[in-house]
Amino acid sequence: MMSAQKVVVPLSAVLALVLLACVGYVFAPLHYFMLVILPYLCGVIFIAGFIYRIIRWAQSPVPFNIPTVCGQEESLHWIRQDKQGSPSNYLQLTWRMLLEIFFFRSLFRNSKTEQAGQGRLVYGGNQWLWLGSLAFHWSLFVIIFRHLRFFTEPVPALVIWLTELDGILQLAIPTLFITDFVILAALTYLFIRRVAFAQARFISLPSDYLALFLILGVALSGVLMRSIFRVDLVAVKDLALSIITFRPSLNLSGSVGLPFFIHLLLVCCLLAYFPFSKMMHAPGVFFSPTRNMLNDSRRKRHVNPWDRPVRVHTYAEYEDEFRVQMKKAGLPLEIDEAGNK
Amino acid sequence: MYDKGKVILGLAIFLCLASFPAWYIVLTGKGDYRPAPVLATSENQCVESKQYMREYHMQLLNQWRDDAVRNGRAIYTATDNRTYDINLTGTCLNCHSNKAEFCDSCHNYQGVAPNCWDCHNVPVMGK
Ligand code: HEC
Ligand code: HEC
Ligand code: HEC
Ligand code: HEM
Repeated sequence: MMSAQKVVVPLSAVLALVLLACVGYVFAPLHYFMLVILPYLCGVIFIAGFIYRIIRWAQSPVPFNIPTVCGQEESLHWIRQDKQGSPSNYLQLTWRMLLEIFFFRSLFRNSKTEQAGQGRLVYGGNQWLWLGSLAFHWSLFVIIFRHLRFFTEPVPALVIWLTELDGILQLAIPTLFITDFVILAALTYLFIRRVAFAQARFISLPSDYLALFLILGVALSGVLMRSIFRVDLVAVKDLALSIITFRPSLNLSGSVGLPFFIHLLLVCCLLAYFPFSKMMHAPGVFFSPTRNMLNDSRRKRHVNPWDRPVRVHTYAEYEDEFRVQMKKAGLPLEIDEAGNK
Repeated sequence: MYDKGKVILGLAIFLCLASFPAWYIVLTGKGDYRPAPVLATSENQCVESKQYMREYHMQLLNQWRDDAVRNGRAIYTATDNRTYDINLTGTCLNCHSNKAEFCDSCHNYQGVAPNCWDCHNVPVMGK
């Protein structure tokens, strides 16, 4: 595919979804489908697909002990071990995994190699991707956590507390959230990185852009809904509560507007797409043998679960079988017919 | 399946987190709670239409504040040409005199606590 197409196709797909949400909004008979059936359907696809993918992964054997270590392994007591880089027990491993999950430690080690003039290679760090993706993921987490106020009653104090912390700048009314800025900026950076750098552009697939555009669409529609095209949030919460209590009803205290239809449809598509997309890297990190294994292969034998019992034919057996012939041919024997070495 | 115990534990954690709202609402038993803001006024019309107020009252208040504090305006002309004194306590809370059962009932439901009342007065309810 040409690189422009790789961007345009997924972009059109997301725009088509926005259009579809408008259609669903205009035709009242579709409201029940858009606001009730679709969320349930996509919720089920998300959870079932997620579990299915994980069980498939758990069924794959790990033939070798392949932790990607980056430091001194456990050795003699006077050689200092790099406990994070080369964990040899589960405590160290848990620490390494936590740093990976919460701070993307291995991405921080991202390096670049550039040619500086005549055949001179220069190696350096490249932490921009790390920064951008950390900013993006943490904002996403905070935003989703803040959304719990639509799904809980009474709203837990922790949710209110985080919401206030996030809105601490008290810019404008309704307060602009720090994470809203950060997620939009980070997503923009992640997109620009893909199109501006030749190498990233070359390996990017339409599915990479689709995930980006879907999330960007969700975030943008959310921010616009909050700051400009407001909807009746009390009605939104009525709907959300009716759905999670499994007593769905469109008998709300007000009507939810078009921006909410768009936001919700994009979220539903994101959820349904999630288990079949690269976004499964979220649970995937737990299943990465390069991250989740101990560097203890010199101490403990890693048995390849793929191994079948191999039928071997040892040299001793071979000699037993051909001893007479070998003797006749004058070949040296380890054990002669009399049984002497 | 390899590492069955760990995988099932992980999946159980995922399911607990993903279904948090569903079981939390069962625990609190408030799934059917809906706020019922008490109007407490004999007037039959708000500053703007009801739907507009539900969606945009915070932005209207923001505009009122800027008008009063920055642009020195004291009167707001509504879409239907009626005029209102720009005053949070004196106008909004004159009609909606029961802040706790009006403003707060919605705001608690939404988990927002506007800080306006740190400085602005809440009229004491007359008996
Ligand atoms: C029908 C329910 C309802 C009523 C009644 C109501 N509000 Fe609100 N109010 C909301 C909602 C919903 C929000 C938006 C919360 C959000 O953005 O998360 C809000 C937000 C606000 C905000 C902005 C808060 C922020 O930090 O962004 C202010 C200020 C405000 N309301 C003032 C009032 C006042 C004053 C009254 C009473 C005269 C009132 N509201 C009555 C539902 C209501
Ligand atoms: C003249 C009296 C009056 C004033 C002043 C007034 N309101 Fe209202 N307000 C009403 C009435 C009456 C309603 C109900 C409208 C209806 O049902 O159509 C209402 C409805 C509302 C609602 C929607 C409540 C719901 O249950 O859906 C909000 C929010 C609101 N007002 C906020 C405000 C704010 C904020 C101000 C100050 C800017 C204000 N009002 C000033 C009389 C008033
Ligand atoms: C730090 C204190 C403070 C806070 C918090 C505050 N205000 Fe004010 N507000 C003032 C002052 C001071 C004035 C000017 C009063 C005057 O000029 O008489 C004012 C004036 C106003 C006015 C116009 C005149 C009046 O008396 O109503 C509005 C409307 C208003 N504020 C709305 C709000 C809203 C809505 C909030 C909450 C989101 C808020 N204010 C929070 C201090 C505050
Ligand atoms: C992947 C999941 C989701 C993401 C990433 C997301 C993102 C956002 C963002 C960035 C905002 C801007 C305001 C803010 O930060 O609070 C927002 C607002 C909003 N979202 Fe979502 N959202 C998601 C799911 C949902 C769901 C399932 C609902 C259904 C209830 C929903 C309803 C809303 C509403 C009503 C607003 C407006 C909030 C306001 O005006 O204060 N969102 N969303």
